Amino acid sequence: MHERGYYDRFGGAFVPEILAATFDELVAAFAAAKADPLFRPHYEAVLAEYAGRPTPLTFAANLTRHFGGARIYIKREDLNHTGAHKANNVMGQGLLVQRMGKSRVIAETGAGQHGVATATMAARFGLACTIYMGEVDVERQRPNVFWMERLGAEVVPVRNGTRILKDAINEAFRDWVGNMDTTHYVLGTACGPHPYPEMVTYFQSIIGHEARRQILAIEGRLPQRVYACVGGGSNALGLFSGFLEDPVELVGVEAGGEGLDSGRHASRLRSADASVGVAQGYRTFFLQNGDGQMRETHSIAAGLDYVGVSPILAHFKESGRARFEAVTDDEVVAAMALTMRQEGLIPALESAHAFARAFAEAPRMKPDEIIIINQSGRGDKDIFTVADAFDDPQWQAFIRAKAAVYTAKEGSHA
Amino acid sequence: MLEAYIREQRKNKKILLMTHIVIGYPSLETSFEMVKAMVAAGVELMELQIPFSEPIADGPVILKANQEALARGVTVQACLDLAEEAARTFDIPFLLMTYYNILFKYGVERFVQTMAQRQLRGAIVPDLPHEEGQDYLQAMNAHALDPIFIYAPTTDAARMAQINAHARGFVYCVARKGVTGQQTDFTATLEDYLARCRRATQLPLALGFGVKDKADIDFLTGKVDIAVIGTQTLRIVETQGPSAVQSFIAQLR
Repeated sequence: MHERGYYDRFGGAFVPEILAATFDELVAAFAAAKADPLFRPHYEAVLAEYAGRPTPLTFAANLTRHFGGARIYIKREDLNHTGAHKANNVMGQGLLVQRMGKSRVIAETGAGQHGVATATMAARFGLACTIYMGEVDVERQRPNVFWMERLGAEVVPVRNGTRILKDAINEAFRDWVGNMDTTHYVLGTACGPHPYPEMVTYFQSIIGHEARRQILAIEGRLPQRVYACVGGGSNALGLFSGFLEDPVELVGVEAGGEGLDSGRHASRLRSADASVGVAQGYRTFFLQNGDGQMRETHSIAAGLDYVGVSPILAHFKESGRARFEAVTDDEVVAAMALTMRQEGLIPALESAHAFARAFAEAPRMKPDEIIIINQSGRGDKDIFTVADAFDDPQWQAFIRAKAAVYTAKEGSHA
Repeated sequence: MLEAYIREQRKNKKILLMTHIVIGYPSLETSFEMVKAMVAAGVELMELQIPFSEPIADGPVILKANQEALARGVTVQACLDLAEEAARTFDIPFLLMTYYNILFKYGVERFVQTMAQRQLRGAIVPDLPHEEGQDYLQAMNAHALDPIFIYAPTTDAARMAQINAHARGFVYCVARKGVTGQQTDFTATLEDYLARCRRATQLPLALGFGVKDKADIDFLTGKVDIAVIGTQTLRIVETQGPSAVQSFIAQLR
């Protein structure tokens, strides 16, 4: 591999020798696709026809009035097919798989959104599909597991390590090193070895390019700030990509979990607990101990519960091109509740991180200023977690009744 | 240096054995006992793995060993202490095997200097391709330690030549695709691959991944200089206890 994919001191490609040729092949396939003048239009046409793009930019009149500050717009990635921005990346990589002539895809998933998106793409393109998912996430995102399996994917619960997203990534790599001839690894975020950070950003940049066009059409001017949650960083980089050359402040919001002082969070760019390291094939800020062993992370949102972060965002932090903040689980649930009541929108718990920070800043901004929040996914997948957070007694009664029906059925079969 | 040692040993042995342990698994005490048993059984080289939380090149057996060692609180410092004790006690060369983040967080130059002070002879870092390893290669050269590089069946001739330019001591040939501990077919395909490796470097060759019994070693004799036994000894420890390691190794050749 000659091209290493560095963003200042972050990125690189730290891959075992067995995968070196596979990465060369992927770098070449991606470069050829980018150079092909028909590829990007084809990609955009596929997303328009299959995934419902372009997604709207919704003016949040009630929230704007509620806070009495900046005009709040919401980029509606929740309206993509499968309910999140993940489809943008997955369909793009699916087209690359077709160009490379492979017959199987594998993917990791945290919240399950990337897994579901990959499973739909695999079904649509006629590919075999295996999804690796940490056992903890399988438990908290059962509806997505159900859909992946209905879509024909094999879902493998990962019982190693901390049993969440990073462990699913490791397991996907272990599959790939044995099956690279037939298999492409559809990494779901702008992390991992080169070319993934660049490639995933390239596909997700459709979010920001649309949003820029839309805000200019509606308001005739650019926003002052744009907000996105940051797990691996793909929805943030997607939105930020539209405004890199503009005087727009980019705000990435990390999972503050139970608070940055609690040790139970997933903040790599905002907390003092993270340091630069090399793992999962790339160099970035990781939540790790002094020996370089990765720590346990915590977030109410499975999709943000990750030890590393995109090397491109790590570079933005050091260069000052983006600002990074963290919000707590409690702030996230409150922001989600407010958004549902005020606008009738249900942001995913991941996306609600961006809302929470924007809500803290919007009241202090002037009424002629504009912000865009990326609603990267829809929240109805989080019904179990959200019902617990709201401690909804009727929901609990429903689950108990449902369980009783299953138990009775089991008894009658015995 | 390792190369000279390997050539010297090979004068009266048809094939050498390199064994592997994960330091701290099942415990630091047992790790040292395993080293002792392996040396007593006549192995010529050993790789001592410092556990890492994200061992992406390792299969389930070694992965579990990494995790259990860490869960018991094994630190990098404790691993270096054990490695030093082994190197000072036993008269064979010891290599460290670990993932790059362990060196990176310790400080690459400081890590390599520590290895040299503790009489370790080389290192295997499977997630550090030579393109990313300038600091490491410089430090290893400065301290006269051998950086062991890896060939895989997917490595083409041009890349084998590039790797050879950086490799010292010997080249570690991975027998097949996949992670450690899976089944390897010892067939003509493997023989062709080893012939490609042989043409690409003057250094001694080691072969690892899936080597598990005497039949495998017999197949490799005359084709490589060193057979590497990794996962299989961990399986022996887990099923028959540490005391079975010595007799297992002794019957391999």
